[in-house]
Amino acid sequence: MKTNLLEIKNLSKIYHNEKGELIALKDISLEIKQDEFVSLVGPSGCGKSTILSIISGMMKKSSGEIKFNKKKPKIGYMLQEDSLFPWRTVLDNACLGLEIKKELNDNTKKNVIRLLKKYGLGDFIDSYPNSLSGGLKQRVALIRTLALNPDILLLDEPFSALDYQTRLALSDDLKHIILNEKKTAIMVTHDIAEAISMSDKVIVITNRPGKVKKIINIELEKNGAPTENRKDKRFNYYYEMIWKELDHHV
Amino acid sequence: MYSNEHQLYLKNKKRNKNIILFFRIFIVLFFLIVWEVLAKTEIINPFLTSSPSKVITTIIDLYKQNNLFKHIWTTFYETIASFSIASIIGLIVASILWSNNTISKILDPYLTVLNSLPKVSLGPLIIIWIGANTNSIIFMTLLITVFTAIINIYSAFINTDKQKIILLKTFGANKIQIFTKLVLRGNTKNLVNTLKINISLSLIGVIMGELLVSKKGLGYLITYGSQVFNLNLVITSIFMLGIMSYLLYFCIDLLEKKLNK
Repeated sequence: MKTNLLEIKNLSKIYHNEKGELIALKDISLEIKQDEFVSLVGPSGCGKSTILSIISGMMKKSSGEIKFNKKKPKIGYMLQEDSLFPWRTVLDNACLGLEIKKELNDNTKKNVIRLLKKYGLGDFIDSYPNSLSGGLKQRVALIRTLALNPDILLLDEPFSALDYQTRLALSDDLKHIILNEKKTAIMVTHDIAEAISMSDKVIVITNRPGKVKKIINIELEKNGAPTENRKDKRFNYYYEMIWKELDHHV
Repeated sequence: MYSNEHQLYLKNKKRNKNIILFFRIFIVLFFLIVWEVLAKTEIINPFLTSSPSKVITTIIDLYKQNNLFKHIWTTFYETIASFSIASIIGLIVASILWSNNTISKILDPYLTVLNSLPKVSLGPLIIIWIGANTNSIIFMTLLITVFTAIINIYSAFINTDKQKIILLKTFGANKIQIFTKLVLRGNTKNLVNTLKINISLSLIGVIMGELLVSKKGLGYLITYGSQVFNLNLVITSIFMLGIMSYLLYFCIDLLEKKLNK
C-alpha cells in the first residue's frame, strides 16, 4: 500500500464580491497517494480549478485542511494555455520557472535540455515558440513545469486548448512522461473519456457548491497508454457510471 | 533553382517594390519642379509662396550669417530634452501606477483632466513663472507630452496577458519579477509606439513654445519671418522642421527594427 502524499480534509472556499458571497467548494475531502494519477471531473464552474489553486497556495482557503506528508512540497502547476513567452527561445521558456525560483544553474539547465531532447524537442531548443505547433508548445509547457522537479503535478485542463488529434497524442505523451519521471498528478478536466483513460482514480465533483460526489478507482485490464485504454472492455462501463454521476442540464 | 512559378512570383514582388520606390521619388520631384516652374513664371506669386531655389538660397544665407545651426540646434535640443524627460517620467510613473492599484485609482481622474486640458493655455503662466527662455519651452513641452506618455504606457502595462501573469505566479514570482520578466519585456512594441507619439508631441510643444516666446529656434524663425513679411524664411523654416521631424522619427524606427530582431 502506497502512502498518502496529500490529504485534504473538509476544504471549503467562499468567493466574495460586492454583490454577495458564493460558496464554491464545500467539505471537500480527498487523499492522493504517491505516484497516483487522479482526475477531478465535474461540470464547468463547479470549482475544480479552485481546488488546484488552493493546493498550489495561490489562493487562500476559507476553511479545512491541506496536509502534505512532507515539508515544503514542490508543486508544479500546468495551465490550460501554454503561455510561452514569444520573445524567449524554447530553452529559455522551459527554464522560466527555475529562473523565477532562482534555481537556475548548470545542473538544472542540463536537466531541462535532457528533458527537451528526451521528449522530442531537441531540434527546437533554440527556436522561438511561434515556430512550434500547439501540441509541441504544450509539451514545452509541461517540461517547464517538470524542470522544477515537483513532488506533485497539478494539471488544469492541460489539453482543452488543443484540437482532438493533438489532444489524444499529447495525453499519451503526458502519461508516458509522468510515469517515466515517477510523478504524482492531479488533473482537472471536463472530458470523461480523458479522465478514465489517464487516471488511477476519478473524483466526480458536483455543481456549485462543489462537493465530492463519488470516487471511482479505475481498474483497466491493460493499463497502458491512454489511447489504448480507450479500447479497454471496461472503459464504457466507467464512462456510463461517471456520466450518470454528473448533473446534466443543457 | 526555383520553379518557374516561384521565379515569376519573385519578379512580380520586385517589380512592385520598384514601382513604390519610383512613385515615392516621383511625387516629391514633381511637386518641387511644378512649384519652381509656377513661381519662376509668376503664375503663383513667389513673394507669397517662395520657391525651392529660394529655399536653398535662404538656407545658404542663414549658414553664411552663422545662424543656421544655432536655430536648428536650439529646436533640436529643446525637443530631445523634453522628449527624454517625458519618456523617462512616463515610464516611471506608469510603473508605479501598475504596481499599485490603489494609487492608480486615486490618480485616475487627475490624469484624465490633466491629459485633456490644452496645456498651451498654461503658456502665459509658465512664461511668467519660469521666464521667457528655453527652460519654459521645455517645461511646457514636458507638460504636453508627459500625461499622454503616462496614460499610454500604463494602459499597455495593464493589458499584459493575464494568463502569463498567472503562470508566473504559479512559480511564486514577486511583483518585481513579474514586471521585469513579463510586463516590461512584453511591451517593447508598445513602448516604442509611445516614443513615436512622444516625439511628435514634443515637436508640437517646442514649436508652440517658440512661437509664443523665444529668440532662437525654428519656431522663432517662423514668427520672425511672418512679422517682417519674409515668407521665404517662414517656408524655409517649415521645410527644415519637416526634415528634422523625419530624421527623429527615423531614429526611433531604427530602434524598433533593432529591438524586433
